[in-house]
Amino acid sequence: MTTTANPPPRQATPAPRAKARPGDRIFSWSTRTAGVLILVVLAGVAAFLIVEALPTFQADPAEIDGGEGFFSYVWPLVFGTLAAAVIALIIATPLALGIALFISHYAPRRMAQGLGYVVDLLAAIPSVVYGLWGIQWLAPRVQGAWAWLADNLGFIPIFTGPASATGRTMLTAGVVLAVMILPIITAISREVFLQTPTLHEEAALALGATRWEMIRMAVIPFGRPGIISGIMLGLGRALGETMAVAMVLSTGGFTWSMVTSGNNTIAAEIALDFPESSGLKTNTLIAAGLVLFAITLAVNMFARWVVSRRKEFSGAN
Amino acid sequence: MTVDTRIPAVSSLAQNQLPRATTPVLLVLSLAAGAGLSAALGFSWAWFAVFFIVLFAVVNTTVSGVVEGRRKATDKLVTTLVYTAFGLALIPLISVSWSVVDNGLERFGADFLTTSMRNVTGLNDQQAVDGEAEFIGGAYHALLGTFLITGLATLISVPIGLLTSIYLVEYGRGRLARAITFFVDVMTGIPSIVAGLFAAALFAVLFGVGTRNGFAGAVALSVLMIPVVVRSSEEMLRIVPNELREAAYALGVPKWRTIVRVVVPTAISGIASGVTLAIARVVGETAPLIVTAGFTSSINSNPFSEWMMSLPAYVYSQAMRPLSGSVPEPSFDRAWAAALTLVLIVMLLNLIARLIARLFSPKTGR
Repeated sequence: MTTTANPPPRQATPAPRAKARPGDRIFSWSTRTAGVLILVVLAGVAAFLIVEALPTFQADPAEIDGGEGFFSYVWPLVFGTLAAAVIALIIATPLALGIALFISHYAPRRMAQGLGYVVDLLAAIPSVVYGLWGIQWLAPRVQGAWAWLADNLGFIPIFTGPASATGRTMLTAGVVLAVMILPIITAISREVFLQTPTLHEEAALALGATRWEMIRMAVIPFGRPGIISGIMLGLGRALGETMAVAMVLSTGGFTWSMVTSGNNTIAAEIALDFPESSGLKTNTLIAAGLVLFAITLAVNMFARWVVSRRKEFSGAN
Repeated sequence: MTVDTRIPAVSSLAQNQLPRATTPVLLVLSLAAGAGLSAALGFSWAWFAVFFIVLFAVVNTTVSGVVEGRRKATDKLVTTLVYTAFGLALIPLISVSWSVVDNGLERFGADFLTTSMRNVTGLNDQQAVDGEAEFIGGAYHALLGTFLITGLATLISVPIGLLTSIYLVEYGRGRLARAITFFVDVMTGIPSIVAGLFAAALFAVLFGVGTRNGFAGAVALSVLMIPVVVRSSEEMLRIVPNELREAAYALGVPKWRTIVRVVVPTAISGIASGVTLAIARVVGETAPLIVTAGFTSSINSNPFSEWMMSLPAYVYSQAMRPLSGSVPEPSFDRAWAAALTLVLIVMLLNLIARLIARLFSPKTGR
C-alpha cells in the first residue's frame, strides 16, 4: 500500500471558494505583521537587557559596586523594593476597599458617580507630581510622627531611631506609593462591587442580614477575584514605581529601620544613577533592571493565576 | 379546639431599637469631646480627628451593642470604618490637588510656557529673590519635548496597536493569537523604568553607548503605550455586532473592506477615546525619559539628535537639583508650575477622551 498513490478525490467538484483578493491578502498580512512585531519587541526587550547585563556576571566581583559581586549589590535593593511595596500595600488595601465600598454601597447614588469619576482622574495624575508632593508637602509633615515612632516603638527593628530629620525615609516613600496605588485598587474593586448581582444582595437583606452582613456574604465573595487582581495590579505598580521613591527617599545603604534615611529600590537606583553612569556600572544597573522585570513578571503571573483559578467559583462568568 | 396564642418569635433585629436620632447626637457629642480633649493637649487637627473618630466608634458601637445586640453593633462599627477610610483617603488626594494648583499658579502663565531655561542660572534666581531682577526661566523647551516625544510614541504605537487588535479580533485563531494575547498582558506589567532601559540598551547597541535623544524616549514610551492601545481597541472591536459584518459579506464586500469601512468606523469613538487615554497615561512618564532622552536647558526641536527635555524630567530636575543651592525656592516654583501644566494636559486629554466617546458613538436608534 503506497501513500504516494494519487488519493481519490474527496469531492467531484470542489466547493466554490472565494477568491482571495490582493487587498485581503495585504491587509491580513499587515495585521499579522503588527502582531508579530509586538512579540519581536518583547523578545527584543528581554534580549537587549540580557545582552547588556551579561558583562556584569562575567566581570571580576571586585569591580562591581560594593566590591563583592552582583548579588551582594542587588539584594539590598530587592529588599528596599519589596519593603516599599509592602508598606504601600498594607496602607492602601484597607483604605481602598473602604473607599470602594463607600462609593458602591454607602454613598448616596448621585454623589457616588462623581466620586468614581474623581478616583479615575486621580489614577491619571503623573507619578512625578506625587513625588514632588511627597518631598515638599508630606515629608516635613510626617517627620514628627516618625520621630514619635522611633522614640516610643524604637525597640521594634523597623522603627529603630534616630528618625531622619527631613522625613525623607522609606516609610514616607511607602505612604506616597500607597497614595499612588489607592486609586488603582479602588477603581477595580468598585467596579466588581457594583457588578454584584442585585438579587444576591436583596436576598441577603430579605433574610434579615444587616448591611455589613450583606456585604460580607454577597458582595465580598463575589468580588474576591477582582479585589485580588486589583491588589496585585497595585503591587505591580508599587514595585516598578520609580519617581516617587527616587524623589522622596534619601537613599543610602541597607538598614532595617524604615524611619531613618537609607535603603533604596531597584527602580530608584536606576533612575538616580543611570544618567551619569558609564562602563560596567551601566551593565550592573541593567542587570538590576532585569531582576526588577523578573519580580514584576512573577507578581503579574501570580495575579493572573489567582484570578483564573477563582473565576469558576465566583459566578462572574 | 385550641387557638395558638403564642407570640411569634421576633428577630433580635426588630426589637430594642434605638431612636433614629441616636447616631447624630452621639456624633455631635464626640465632636465636642474630641475638640475638648485635643484642646487640652494643645489643639491640633490631627489629634482632634483621632479623638473624635475613636470616641465616636467606641461609644456608638457600645451603645448599640448594649441596646440592639451584637449584629447591629458590628454593622455600625463597619459603617464608621468605611466612612473613616473614605475621609482618610480624601486627605492626601485633596492635598495633592491643592498643592499643585496653589503652588503651581505662583509662576504659571504665558511667560512660563514660552521661555526656556537657556542661560538661566542660580545667579538669576538669587537676584529674583532679592528683588533685583525679574524672575526668568520657563518650560517651553520641556513642553515642546513632551509634545514631540509623545507625538512620536503615538505615531509608532497606534498603527501597531490598532492592527494587532484587528488581527486578534478578525483574523487571529490558534497559537499565534494566544501568544500575542498572553504577551500583551505581560507587556502591560513592564515597569516603566525597564521600558526605558530597553530603549537605552537598544540605542546603545545600534548607535553607540550613551546615545540619548527624543526618539529613544519615544521608543520607550511606545513599549508602554502599545499594550494599552491593543487592549482598549480589542475591547471596542469585540462589541461590534456580528450582524454588521455578516450584512457586509452578504453584499459581497471583501473582508478587508468590511473591516476598514464597517467594523472600524463603528468602533472608532471607543478606539479614539482609548488612544487618548493611552496618551494621557504615557505623557506623564518620567523614569523612561530620564534614561533615554536626558536633560537639557535649551530648546531642541529635533528628536533624532541631541538630548531633549520633557515636562516630567523638568519637574524632576528643578525639584531635585535646584539651580541655586542657597535659594532653591524659584526652582521649586518652576517645578510646581510644570507639574500644574502636566496635570492640566492629562486632565484635558481625559476630558477629550470622554467627549469623543460621547459625541462620536454610533447612534443605535433606540
